[in-house]
Amino acid sequence: MGRISLEDLNRIREEARRRRELASNGKKAGITVHKGTCGIASGAEEVWRKLFELLKEKEEPEDAYRIMSTGCVGFCGMEPIITVDLPGGEPVRYRRVDPAKLGQILEKHVLGGEVQEDLVLDEETDPYFKGQKFVVLRNRGRIDPESIDDYIACDGYQGLYKALTRMEPEEIVEEILKSGIRGRGGAGFPTGMKWKFCMKAKGDTKFVLCNADEGDPGAYMDRSVLESDPHSVLEGMVIAAKAIGAGQGYIYCRAEYPIAVATLEKAIAAAREYGLLGDDIFGTGFSFNVDLYVGAGAFVCGEETALMASVEGRRGNPRPRPPFPANEGLWNKPTILNNVETLSNIPNILREGADWYHAIGHEKSRGTKVFALTGAVKNVGLVEVPMGTSLRDIVFNIGGGIPNKRKFKAVQMGGPSGGCLPEDQLDTPTDYEAITKAGAIMGSGGMIVMDDTTCMVDMARFFMEFCQEESCGKCTPCREGTKQILNILERITRGEGKPEDLDTLEELSRIIKDSALCGLGQTAPNPVLSTLRYFRHEYEAHINEKICPAHACVALVKFEVDTDKCTKCGLCYRACPVGAITWEKKQPAKIDKAVCVKCMSCIGACRFDAIS
Amino acid sequence: MSKELKITIDGCEMTAQEGRTILEVARENGVHIPTLCYHPRLRNAGSCRVCVVEVEGARALMPACATPVDRDGMVVNTRNERVLAARRMTVELLLASGNHDCPNCASNGHCELQDLAYELEIEHPRFPIQPPDLPFDNSNPMIVRDLNKCVLCGRCVRGCQEVQVNQVIQFGFRGPHTKIVTGGDTDYADSPCVFCGECVQLCPVGAISEKQRMPYGKAFEEKIVRSVCTYCGTGCVVDFHIINGRIVRVTGNEDAEVNRGSLCVKGRFGYDFIHHPDRLTMPLIREGDSFREASWDEALSLVAERLGRIKEEDGPEALAGFSSARCTNEENYLFMKFMRGTLGTQNVDHCARL
Ligand SMILES: Cc1cc2nc3c(=O)[nH]c(=O)nc-3n(C[C@H](O)[C@H](O)[C@H](O)COP(=O)(O)O)c2cc1C
Ligand code: SF4
Ligand code: SF4
Ligand code: SF4
Repeated sequence: MGRISLEDLNRIREEARRRRELASNGKKAGITVHKGTCGIASGAEEVWRKLFELLKEKEEPEDAYRIMSTGCVGFCGMEPIITVDLPGGEPVRYRRVDPAKLGQILEKHVLGGEVQEDLVLDEETDPYFKGQKFVVLRNRGRIDPESIDDYIACDGYQGLYKALTRMEPEEIVEEILKSGIRGRGGAGFPTGMKWKFCMKAKGDTKFVLCNADEGDPGAYMDRSVLESDPHSVLEGMVIAAKAIGAGQGYIYCRAEYPIAVATLEKAIAAAREYGLLGDDIFGTGFSFNVDLYVGAGAFVCGEETALMASVEGRRGNPRPRPPFPANEGLWNKPTILNNVETLSNIPNILREGADWYHAIGHEKSRGTKVFALTGAVKNVGLVEVPMGTSLRDIVFNIGGGIPNKRKFKAVQMGGPSGGCLPEDQLDTPTDYEAITKAGAIMGSGGMIVMDDTTCMVDMARFFMEFCQEESCGKCTPCREGTKQILNILERITRGEGKPEDLDTLEELSRIIKDSALCGLGQTAPNPVLSTLRYFRHEYEAHINEKICPAHACVALVKFEVDTDKCTKCGLCYRACPVGAITWEKKQPAKIDKAVCVKCMSCIGACRFDAIS
Repeated sequence: MSKELKITIDGCEMTAQEGRTILEVARENGVHIPTLCYHPRLRNAGSCRVCVVEVEGARALMPACATPVDRDGMVVNTRNERVLAARRMTVELLLASGNHDCPNCASNGHCELQDLAYELEIEHPRFPIQPPDLPFDNSNPMIVRDLNKCVLCGRCVRGCQEVQVNQVIQFGFRGPHTKIVTGGDTDYADSPCVFCGECVQLCPVGAISEKQRMPYGKAFEEKIVRSVCTYCGTGCVVDFHIINGRIVRVTGNEDAEVNRGSLCVKGRFGYDFIHHPDRLTMPLIREGDSFREASWDEALSLVAERLGRIKEEDGPEALAGFSSARCTNEENYLFMKFMRGTLGTQNVDHCARL
């Protein structure tokens, strides 16, 4: 099919909507398997294969069903998830499905019409979904990411149509400014402002870049958007291109996201085929193309100037700013770079209006934010909340609190260079300014919850190791300074810390933040500074008393059983892989240090903190 | 014409052309800001962070070398406590990152890291010294490389890429493993290096140095004599570095219009003949199968007499002269005059026409 018009767009929308209907198409049921990376990692492929096997066994023709695979629905801890739709009924989600449970669901619900309550994941009542608001993830689990028609059926490309046919670039920029949206890639820079600078920059050749390099450990918001709703990002890019006057865009996607890369490739091809990318879009005379660039696995390439160097085919090193990319970016041409989540918000803003968007959120942080909630929390998954939702709501209500009867210790936000906030900061709202003031950063949305088994010094060491390994090595404070911080943290966790180390850590951290070239170095000391601010006593315990209060630093664990705390349960005895523990019923356990290999299994097993 | 702006550096008002860097403006006005990765012949990397200054209104410190003066009323502080603490920390970190045992270093006395340590009064870094322990590259007769002294300023990389456009030297690896690599991380001899020695001249420390100087004295003993390279007619200006009457290295003169510091492999490294024991220092006259030493007078008289005889017996057209590209323009001109005017022949040519 050639270039499409508004009539075509609306026709495709209606047709696609009709195709999705069950009864009028003679479908007995709709069955959707959610095959995001999280689903696949938990066995969604197996469920998918089994579905076809079972249908065959039962001699049910495949085409009597609307069978779909989509991206993640957001509750990753409950994967594999499937959705069953019966004509005239509401869709029903099932959680933690395996081939056996699939058999049950197929037999009893799909064929028998009886909802299997014991397996249901009820989005209406499950506290995980309460308090969430889906804007970026609005199509999650709803559309086939490989079908552009599905996206159009859900009002896709309507925002673009409006932008191209009814708005001048200034009006688009004004709308984005008015919505109050800020960049979701970490720094929270007002998107409208960035576009305005670039719109005003002189030059015939301009570029729109999409940052899909998502490198923060534990973060996968962007991956999920790309895997489940790639067209929302493309639509956002074309709107941005119209606003600044760009003719070419690139998506820089990390190679570690093969499904996202494949999905994007198909989405780009489909949009080109419909003329939604390419020359003369909607017959308006406006042309814009997008190509995909796959990164080579460097965290620092998420930094804007490094990303541009990488697209240009050079070593992905950051460079000093000014000049800012809005004036001199890719190949020295005016360029904007936006994050995946930022761009995927744009069509919604244009379609629903800036006021609608601005009504969501809090103070200077408008709209929603997607977080990847992981770590010591009962409900692990992608969470989209209106900005301003408190950390406590996210961790304890949506996240369900801390499992295994452990105590909450800290929530780490903002990726490897973010900060850790303790219990008494949990009422901080998720807004850029408040989070920064509390000592962390909003970052791109990584949120790692830690319980009392995490040693904060060791945690700072872990993130510092990441930052120093991922430093591009260009500037001295970051390359050499992070190495020295890591040295000191390693010494402290080995029990070789000195009292003056804390001053050195503070001074080094302050100076690295003040003098490193790019955002990586300027934020790398955050984990150290925030743990020194809130958990200084843990550092002091390591240095002065040579104790690790969380019993996590192996060099400081004595592997002794406190007979007062020991409840004589024998859990440690069963956990020890080398038989170093002797235990008999009603007797406290005893560790033979000559046999012990310090694997820490017993510490993990003991529920009563009896081993230190 | 770009705009003239008024800015304040360290409390003194000065005028600056819009777009000039803070470093340029400061230096033109006699304000000293130390640098390391900066070199006037190279693009600014802004990477070593030694030249950081405080620009009022900016969140973090800014590199003076890479920050343009872009607004009227800019206020810059180049040496307050915040700036000096950062600068000192950076230099301490660099000193701790390598094997900087100055007494044993060829660059002792003309080393920019040593100058920085002195200027910032750093006797000993507070961090443990951990050189990367990389092997010495002794693979060739011209350049020795000891990356245990490298400060990763990238001047060699930029020199090789921007000035020589050879792309032999690159940054390799990343983070704490970052190092300078030649070719695909091999030694100089195995890389596509053409041994122009641009990197040797640009290296601010003792990481890349001149092999032939090795046993002969320290940099601070050098006397510099400016001259013109004799290898070809381009006329590159060279600086001979001389210790005890001996040339210990040759560098391109950075101010010379002709070559702006660059040299080729011959001009930079081809001086070993000067002090070579086999070098001819007296004219030799052939007698039978052997040569005997003679005085210049005797040798020149012999040549004059033989040339005169050929001209007399067979006419001037029996003579031809061929001059060398190693002579200067003036010498070649004289030679042409001599052949045409004195010997009377048009048979004169030059090797560069081959
Ligand atoms: C070391 C480093 C890594 C970064 N990685 C990412 C990334 O993976 N994805 C991203 O969108 N932004 C990343 N950023 C932020 C980008 O530089 C840039 O600010 C952002 O993509 C701009 O888009 P936004 O305004 O829409 O947020 C990173 C920044 C730094 C300093
Ligand atoms: S701060 Fe780190 S990552 Fe950024 S330029 Fe400097 S060395 Fe590279
Ligand atoms: S490179 Fe400079 S600082 Fe290092 S040893 Fe040589 S003279 Fe000393
Ligand atoms: S070898 Fe010399 S010029 Fe090259 S990066 Fe190292 S210190 Fe700089």
